[in-house]
Amino acid sequence: MVPRSWRKIRYRYDLRGSYCENCGNYHYPPRNFCPTCRRKGKLIETLFPEEGKVVSYTVVREKEPYVVALIELDNGARVLSQLSCDPDELKIGMRVKKAFRRYGEDGEDGIIHYGTKFVPVD
Amino acid sequence: MIGIVSYGSYIPKFRIKVEEIAGVWGEDAKKIKGGLGVYEKSVPDVDEDTATIAVEAAREAIKRAKINPEDIGAVFVGSESHPYAVKPTATIVGEALGVGNDYYAADLEFACKAGTAGMQICYSMVKAGMIKYGLAIGADTSQARPGDALEYAAAAGGAAFIIGKDPIAEIEATYSFTSDTPDFWRRDLQPYPSHGGRFTGQPAYFRHVISAARGLMEKYGYKTEDFDYAVFHMPNAKFPVRAAKMLGFSEEHISQGLVVRAIGNTYSGSSLLGLAATLDIAEPDERILLVSFGSGAGSDAFALRVTDRIKEFEREPKVWEKIEKKVYVDYAIYLKHRRKIKA
Repeated sequence: MVPRSWRKIRYRYDLRGSYCENCGNYHYPPRNFCPTCRRKGKLIETLFPEEGKVVSYTVVREKEPYVVALIELDNGARVLSQLSCDPDELKIGMRVKKAFRRYGEDGEDGIIHYGTKFVPVD
Repeated sequence: MIGIVSYGSYIPKFRIKVEEIAGVWGEDAKKIKGGLGVYEKSVPDVDEDTATIAVEAAREAIKRAKINPEDIGAVFVGSESHPYAVKPTATIVGEALGVGNDYYAADLEFACKAGTAGMQICYSMVKAGMIKYGLAIGADTSQARPGDALEYAAAAGGAAFIIGKDPIAEIEATYSFTSDTPDFWRRDLQPYPSHGGRFTGQPAYFRHVISAARGLMEKYGYKTEDFDYAVFHMPNAKFPVRAAKMLGFSEEHISQGLVVRAIGNTYSGSSLLGLAATLDIAEPDERILLVSFGSGAGSDAFALRVTDRIKEFEREPKVWEKIEKKVYVDYAIYLKHRRKIKA
C-alpha cells in the first residue's frame, strides 16, 4: 500500500496532468502514452487550472454519503474527483475549485493519504 | 530589508456556537461567553487536518506573492496537532506546493507559538543568505477533551508567511522570552492536552507576553506609541485585551486582529491569523507589534513596519471575510468532524 500511494503523490497532491503537444489533448491522471496520437504523441507534464465546473455527479450513499463529480477544468480537461459539499447544494454547471484534503488512512497505524478534491467556489 | 513578502490564511467553514457545547454539558453559556469572550469556534471538515490547512494557507500566500514555488528554500510548519507523531507535515506541504526537493524543512512544536518560531528561523536564514524565500506556517486542529473548558475555544485554522527581501512588512526586530513553565502540556500517546487551569494566566501567558513585548521595546528602543496595531496570542478574548491594556494599548490597536471571538483559539494559527487580519488593512509606514505565546512557555515578539509594497499587494479575500463565511454544526456533527465518533 505504501509504494502504491507514494507513486501517486505527484499528481494527487496537485492537479498535474499530461498534455499532448501533438494533438492538444489533456489527460488526468497523467499518461505516458497519448491514446490519440499513439507513437506520434509528445507528452509533457503540466499543472492544470485550479477551477472548473461540474459536468455530472453522483452521491455515493455508503455509510456516510459523499459526492463524486466529473469536473471540466478551465483548460477543458476532465477530472473525476470527490466534491466536498452538501449533496443538497449540488448543481450541474456549478463552479468548483481544487482543495487539498485527506483521502483516507491505512487504519490507525498506517499512512495518511492526501490529495486533491474540489469544493464549491464561494 | 527583510520581512513578510506575502501571507495567506485558511479557516475551515464550519462553526459551533458556545451555546451548543454548553447545552451538552449543562453549563451556563452566558457565563462562559462572558468569561472567555469567545462566541463560536471554527471546526474542520472530516477530511481536513493540520497538513491540509497548512497547504491551503500557503497556496494563497504563494499566489499573492507571484513567485515560483521552487524559489522557496525552507518550509517550517508549526503546530501541536501534526497529523503524524513521527513523519513531517512540512514534507507533505512542500510536495503539495511544488517546492521541489531543494529545500530545508522541519516541523516545529511549541504549543501555540511554533508558527512565529518558524518566522524567526526563516528571517535568520534569509538574513544569512542561505535561502531566497522561507515559508513559515502556523496551523492547528486543536484538541480538547469533551467537557473540558478548552473545548469552548480549541479551534482550527492557520496562516502562512513567506519571508524574504523586498517585503510588504519589514521585520525590524524580533525578541523572545522563554522559561520552563508547565502551564499546558500533552504527554506522549495522550489524545488530549492537560492544563494548569488558572495557572495558565499570570505566571504563564501574562509573564511571557508582557516580558517579550517589553524586552523588544527596551532592547530596540520602541515605545507603545510607536505601534499602530498590536496582535497578541488569543487563547480567549480576555487575555489579549488585558495584555494590551497592561502595555498601554487601547481597544482600537487590537480590535482588527482580535479574531478569537468569532473563530476561537486556532493555537499555532492564532496570533498569525490576527497578524494576517491586521495586514489586510494596514497602510504603508504603520507599525505592528506581534507577540505570540506558547505554553511551556515562551513568547516571540516582532516589530513589523508596513512598506509601500503593500499598496500593490493582493489582499482579497480578507481574513474577516473568511470568518463571515460559515456553516453552523451541532455537537454531534462536531464530534464526527473531529473524528471522536466513527461510522
